[in-house]
Amino acid sequence: MSISRRRFLGWLGAAGVGTTLGRSAHAAGNTQFAGYPDSLGVLFDATRCIGCRKCEEACNKVNELPAPPKPFGDLAVLERKRRTDAKTYTVVNRYENVPGAKGPLYRKIQCNHCLEPACASACFVRAFTKNSNGAVTYDESVCVGCRYCMIACPFEIPTYEYDKAFTPRIMKCTFCYPRLIKGQLPGCVESCPAEALTFGKRRNLLKIARERIGLFPGRYIDHIYGETEMGGTAWLTLSGVPFRELGMREDLGTTSAPELTKGALSVVPVVASMWPVLLTGVYAISQRRDKIAREEKAAAVAEAVAKAQAEAKVKLTEAMARAEKDKKSAIDKEVKKALEEAAKTKAQESAAAPADVPEKKPS
Amino acid sequence: MPVRKIVIQKPALTPFNVVAGIIVVVGLIITVIRFTQGLRATTNLSDYNPWGIWIGFDLLVGVALAAGGYVTSAACYIFGLKRFHSAVRPAILTGFLGYALVVLALHYDVGRPWRLPYPFIVQQGTTSLLFEVAACVALYLTVLFIEFTPAALEWLGLKRARSIVVKLTLVLTIFGVVLSTLHQSSLGALFLIAPSKLHPLWYSPYLALYFFVSSIVAGLSMVIFEGSLAHKHFHDKMDAEHLREADGVALGFAKAASWVLAGYFIIKVIGIAQTNAWGYLGTGYGLWFLVEMLGFVLLPCYFYAIGAREKNLKIIRRTAVWTVLGIVVNRFNVGLIAFNYHLPSSERYFPHWMEIGISVFVITIGILAYKFIVTHMPILYAHPDYDAH
Repeated sequence: MSISRRRFLGWLGAAGVGTTLGRSAHAAGNTQFAGYPDSLGVLFDATRCIGCRKCEEACNKVNELPAPPKPFGDLAVLERKRRTDAKTYTVVNRYENVPGAKGPLYRKIQCNHCLEPACASACFVRAFTKNSNGAVTYDESVCVGCRYCMIACPFEIPTYEYDKAFTPRIMKCTFCYPRLIKGQLPGCVESCPAEALTFGKRRNLLKIARERIGLFPGRYIDHIYGETEMGGTAWLTLSGVPFRELGMREDLGTTSAPELTKGALSVVPVVASMWPVLLTGVYAISQRRDKIAREEKAAAVAEAVAKAQAEAKVKLTEAMARAEKDKKSAIDKEVKKALEEAAKTKAQESAAAPADVPEKKPS
Repeated sequence: MPVRKIVIQKPALTPFNVVAGIIVVVGLIITVIRFTQGLRATTNLSDYNPWGIWIGFDLLVGVALAAGGYVTSAACYIFGLKRFHSAVRPAILTGFLGYALVVLALHYDVGRPWRLPYPFIVQQGTTSLLFEVAACVALYLTVLFIEFTPAALEWLGLKRARSIVVKLTLVLTIFGVVLSTLHQSSLGALFLIAPSKLHPLWYSPYLALYFFVSSIVAGLSMVIFEGSLAHKHFHDKMDAEHLREADGVALGFAKAASWVLAGYFIIKVIGIAQTNAWGYLGTGYGLWFLVEMLGFVLLPCYFYAIGAREKNLKIIRRTAVWTVLGIVVNRFNVGLIAFNYHLPSSERYFPHWMEIGISVFVITIGILAYKFIVTHMPILYAHPDYDAH
């Protein structure tokens, strides 16, 4: 593991919670990673390159890459624009008829070994390492083959072994890392007959480049390509013509790759911590809304029932009372009727037997 | 494998079975070529174009169109819109199948698919947006699987297991929304690292937001679209609740989609203003950008609104198809068309027929799996032995 800020962002992304808040305050501060101190680099001076392809040959040899179909001495290869591929870590391209240049110009392409590499930032298995000596190296033993590094690289350097079905690898310049740690020069630097490649500590190379620009202001564009591009690269380029004439992009900006993605990564803990709280709140609100609706409904129903019951009760009581009254009046009526009946019978009886009654009441 | 089962069990040579059978056979042949000869033999991928339609379509579009699961379950269980309840199970099913197929398609795309678990078990590249995508997709596929299991458990008659899973509904739904927010947005954020390669009209610091908001539209539209397809082909499987609610789901979702599309259009305009990319509108890419913005964002926004207002299901269903197409256009633009815009046409990518073959194969497997599941499990109807959850 290499850069502390990247590491921090990683933790932030992985943890997704507020456990890293202490570091957050630190990283949000105005700290900046300007590359490993004393890291190495190479200065490529395009005004010196003669397009001999010796660097390509040396690269092919020291990295034990397969031999190309045409020998390296064949300069007809320069007729068309080439790029790095799975069998080539570095290529030299020729640029003809560049305004302001007397003859053809050449540019060497290889990994620029960014100070904060996009490939390493993009890799989801950390297959890339930015070593403290400046080299960006690749570990094929963990690579899944997603090729996001190739998407991410602004210089279009990493390539893929599309031909292999079982063990495809990302292929790219290693800055001759195995040679560097043995104290040897990168293959290309060692082989350059024109001293177009200068090897050294990056900060010294920047001084050398400025000296050259200062000594020969007419010969150079006043810019060191790679000093700030995409956050800075270990490989630097000097040119006598605008860099776009050599197929180099001038619109890359100075923001490093981790800087470009840290905003999106910093959203992770916010979403992971805030969303559950908010959504549970929304759930609680909707539940409560439903509960209140249910309760109101129940209350309304209960009220309606109570009212209906009360009304029914009143009605019943009235009906009962009426029934009682009716019953009573019916009884009275019956009693009255019976009494009348009885009285009538008695009167009839007394009228039917007058002989039996000798004396008559005075009426 | 359910695919084979269907093909064998129904020897009836319906046009559907014949076409599906041919696609499956061709897909299996390409599969063999892919895994024995490598990517060169089956794709037009190159060092300039490391991602083709297996990422641009199968991953970017696939994940967006599988958003119906989180959108519908959130509407029903979190926002308490119970009238969408009958739409949850079909949406969860298509979401689950969608994500499963995304993961299947990734096996074709990455160089060493057997190492796909490496980011979790060997080394974590947590600085990568792709790690976020991978972690969330893996977790969300698991969540969708668990959310889907009640239907399978009812089918199998495992009442106890089902009742345990049903109790997790709310937690799973919230977890699903969190994970979806993260990975839908980070699919867009994948491209934040390459401002020099993606055309300025599509590159924006808001890419993550764009992908998330448009995934909501994609989810809503897919639920409407799948609903209308299901009504056509599986009408007999639907119960009274489903049939009663279906029109309401389409109307409600159309209304929501219209609002979200309007919001999406506005943030896109703000994005153009923020990066001050107005000048590019006059170029060829600008014209294509306007086609996307006016034809596939503003137009469906308008027709969804009309459809919802007039309660016109025909308009809504057609708009849903158009919107889904718009999502495809947008993801293709970001992933393929406006990506590498700076390269000469000779270096640009166009898919190999075998790449298209695998994408069609993957979709066909999805349709066959969907067909098998809705004809066997209680998806479009509630199982009579169980209460709704």
